[in-house]
Amino acid sequence: MTMPRSAGRRAAPPAWRKPVLMGAPVVLLLLAFLVYPVGQLLALSVYNGEGFTLAPYKQLFSSSLYVTVLWITLKISLATTLVAVAGAYPIAYLISIAKGPAKSRLIFWVLLSFWTSFLVRAFAWVIILGRNGVINGTLMSLGIIDRPIDLLYGFGAVLVGMVHAMLPLAVMTMLAVMENIDRTLPRAASTLGARPGTAFWTVYFPLSLPGVAAAAIMVFVSAIGFFIVPALLGGRRETMITQLIIDQVQQTLNWGLAGSISVLLLTVVLAVFVLYDRVFGFSTLTGETAGATHNRDTAMRRLGGRVLGLLGSASDALLGLFPRRRPHGTGEKPAATLRVLVWAMLGLISLPAFLMVPLSFGNAGLAWPPTGFSLQWYEQLLQSPLWMQALTRSLVVAFGTGLLSMAIGVPAAFLMVRSRMRGKGAMLAFILSPVIVPRMIIAVGLFYVFAQMGLVGTILGLVIGHTVVAVPYVVMTMTAVLRNYDTRLDLAAQSLGARPLAALRHVTFPILGAGMLSSFLFAFATSFDELTISLFSSGGLSATLPKQFWDEVTLQVSPVIAAVSTGLLVFVAVLIYAADRLRRRSLAS
Amino acid sequence: MSSSSLTVQGLAKRYGDFVALAPTDLVVADGEFLTLLGPSGSGKTTLLSLLAGLVPPDEGSVRIGAQDVTYAPPYERDIGVVFQNYALFPHMTIEENIAFPLKMRKVAAAEAKKQARAALEMVHLPHIAGRYPRELSGGQQQRVALARCMVYKPSIILMDEPLGALDKKLREHMQLEIKRLHREMGTTVVYVTHDQEEAMTMSDRICLMNAGRIEQLGTPADLYFRPRTLFVADFLGESNLLPAALGTRVGDEAEIRLGSDGIPGRALANGQDLPAGSAVRVMVRPQNLGVARPAGDGVPGVRGRVSDVMVTGSLTKVYMEPLDRALPPLVAAFPTRNEADAIRIDDVLALSWNSRDAVVIPDAAASAGAAKAA
Ligand SMILES: Nc1ncnc2c1ncn2[C@@H]1O[C@H](COP(=O)(O)OP(=O)(O)OP(=O)(O)O)[C@@H](O)[C@H]1O
Ligand SMILES: [Mg+2]
Repeated sequence: MTMPRSAGRRAAPPAWRKPVLMGAPVVLLLLAFLVYPVGQLLALSVYNGEGFTLAPYKQLFSSSLYVTVLWITLKISLATTLVAVAGAYPIAYLISIAKGPAKSRLIFWVLLSFWTSFLVRAFAWVIILGRNGVINGTLMSLGIIDRPIDLLYGFGAVLVGMVHAMLPLAVMTMLAVMENIDRTLPRAASTLGARPGTAFWTVYFPLSLPGVAAAAIMVFVSAIGFFIVPALLGGRRETMITQLIIDQVQQTLNWGLAGSISVLLLTVVLAVFVLYDRVFGFSTLTGETAGATHNRDTAMRRLGGRVLGLLGSASDALLGLFPRRRPHGTGEKPAATLRVLVWAMLGLISLPAFLMVPLSFGNAGLAWPPTGFSLQWYEQLLQSPLWMQALTRSLVVAFGTGLLSMAIGVPAAFLMVRSRMRGKGAMLAFILSPVIVPRMIIAVGLFYVFAQMGLVGTILGLVIGHTVVAVPYVVMTMTAVLRNYDTRLDLAAQSLGARPLAALRHVTFPILGAGMLSSFLFAFATSFDELTISLFSSGGLSATLPKQFWDEVTLQVSPVIAAVSTGLLVFVAVLIYAADRLRRRSLAS
Repeated sequence: MSSSSLTVQGLAKRYGDFVALAPTDLVVADGEFLTLLGPSGSGKTTLLSLLAGLVPPDEGSVRIGAQDVTYAPPYERDIGVVFQNYALFPHMTIEENIAFPLKMRKVAAAEAKKQARAALEMVHLPHIAGRYPRELSGGQQQRVALARCMVYKPSIILMDEPLGALDKKLREHMQLEIKRLHREMGTTVVYVTHDQEEAMTMSDRICLMNAGRIEQLGTPADLYFRPRTLFVADFLGESNLLPAALGTRVGDEAEIRLGSDGIPGRALANGQDLPAGSAVRVMVRPQNLGVARPAGDGVPGVRGRVSDVMVTGSLTKVYMEPLDRALPPLVAAFPTRNEADAIRIDDVLALSWNSRDAVVIPDAAASAGAAKAA
């Protein structure tokens, strides 16, 4: 019997080494390329190169402009959040109760919108709402109006664009919580005498609230730092605060003022998060405790309970008005009305991007309806060195970002799930902070630091910057994957003679493969669609695809955009389909 | 040197403040079949995991043969573990699962396949080689887990309730199979079960655990006939535990006085070294308790009024309330007889037993109560 290396070994290996090795990369990355740059930017607001100054803040509050813009930003973000969350709820609910291929189909369409570039989707609305756009074109050809009406450049257009941009995010966030709700609970409620409406509002809905809250805060925080939609669809009065930061950095080079606006923005976001933590607790964000809302305000709770009870009876009364189609409730299959509603909404959110397809093959430019058939825009696209270089650069950067984020994020996720170290909650909050800090602030801070380091315009700089914003998603998805993984399988493998690396290779990775692939794709797609950081850090000449897209739509709109959009749409669809196929193959095997 | 004996010294495991295993000493001889028995949560899986190296101990040591393996990883221990929840790899077929330990030991693929097939044959599942674990029933998964553990013939096998999900017939077949393997290969086996009968029939020795410590360690007969604590007497089989006061020692027996009437009697002293006058319990197994119609009123003895009679096939059980209120309800069991002399509810019976079948057990609760009163 051979037992090399173990003879006489009495001391346990040092327990601290592994966690440090696993956690250090992500912490160092974020310290160097999140905390330091953002800190620099914030410092610039009180330091003018010679000493302490409050001049930027005087400037900020002396004119009503900035406060007004902040107010508008909050108003748009809040409206977006309300509409997006309300719209996302039925979709997420249907997905969570659907089964088999129906579920996969629903998820495919949500993912397609989710991963279709923000730029493509926002630009599609320009086409739809424009003077020669889809709506005006259709109404005029039907003879309902005889002069185009102004739909673009107003609050309505911005709201539509923002909701469209945020809805898939809301669905995905909510779904994470809803999938964890024990499906037998509403059924148990009905055996206890609750009618369907009451069962939904008093059992299911309260359990899904953490998901609603998580979706709301994700949408709100993303919306508040968003500039693509207001810039493309809004008028002067829909200017949002991030656009002001861009102006300060790109046009007036007033870093102090940019810093002070960032402070303002960050303060608002942090205030929202503190409020959120007070009410729901951060753990709900990672879908950890479905249903375990520690609502501290008991009066609120009681009131909430009463309102939900009323809603329940009201919907039961409403349902009672209709003749029962099936004798024993709705059973397993979701109600037809819900399905129709959800598919209509999915159609609506998918449609805009698909409008680009006929336009890209027409020969009449971007006016609706498209006429003729030609491939000229694709030819132009393929012959344009600018677009082709941007495409190559984006692919390289996205691939690099995927690899780097996985290398850094996967060990961190293992640490978050497996170790029992202290301060884990704080570390998780730190890792997720790039999601919370408005992207614009990170981007401007990185630009400032990259300029000092000579990283502006380099692939490396972009990869680092994109990794900072992609790594939280990798950690989040991998944490979820690892939580479902039975660690006893590793132990079993080891007891059967597998050394740790063999256990990883033969057991852990094959089982986690699909989850790791989707994490990688998440990071890849985040980078591939990243505009804010690239806007500054790609430098003037070495644009990425989104940056090139942005330059085109803001400077000169050409139908090549439609061809690019179609290409992106196909690319994303193929990617999702392939990922799903791979996932299913690994499940089946 | 016995290469696959297990020696545990002062081994302990805590989770926070909770003591899952108090410092424990245990020696399992080479080739022995030792069963860990005990109520749920008593630390059986914890002890097994420490032996396997699946969790690190807080203190103490584990040796296999002469080797200290306290902190050696599982793959360096040449052990086999059958997990309580099977732990089959979901992404491998049954055959791949079983061939896995062979592959880790660099056995050629063809040979591994042959051995895996043989192992499946042994657990009567040759037809499922190509299936995936989730396509099997619980009992089938359990048998695969067994096959996977036995296929590479480790010198020590640790099994955590390996037959829990099987029906009676299959369970008995697998018990025989495990015993046969144990005999033929001379494997050292540490076996966890909830099932007393299984523990009694299979083990060389039983280690009865309670609340993270070993309550008693001994042969099945030791535990059944000579329990050293009330917990053991109560846990293994049915027992009558009569409160008594200890009298003087007579050879390996002791005088006792039962109940409030001080009815005299004798019982095995059971190696207990207690002062005369100590409060004890006297254990008599139901099948050793004789019942008869009382002969006359003058004869001192324990009398019971029948409260229930149950015929459980081959055995008849008579439940009685002793006339002496200080004694707990009693049960006697005997082979079911013709109903001519049937015992009826409310009959009063005289109880008797052979002193060799009665055992003295210290009554910790009573002496604690007495100490408090003093
Ligand atoms: N990882 C852990 N963290 C905290 N407590 C634990 C952990 N593992 C086990 N325990 C506790 O240690 C005690 C002993 O557990 P163990 O699994 O050894 O019991 P067991 O005897 O195997 O029970 P069963 O027969 O139900 O399998 C239990 O009270 C259990 O709750
Ligand atoms: Mg156990």
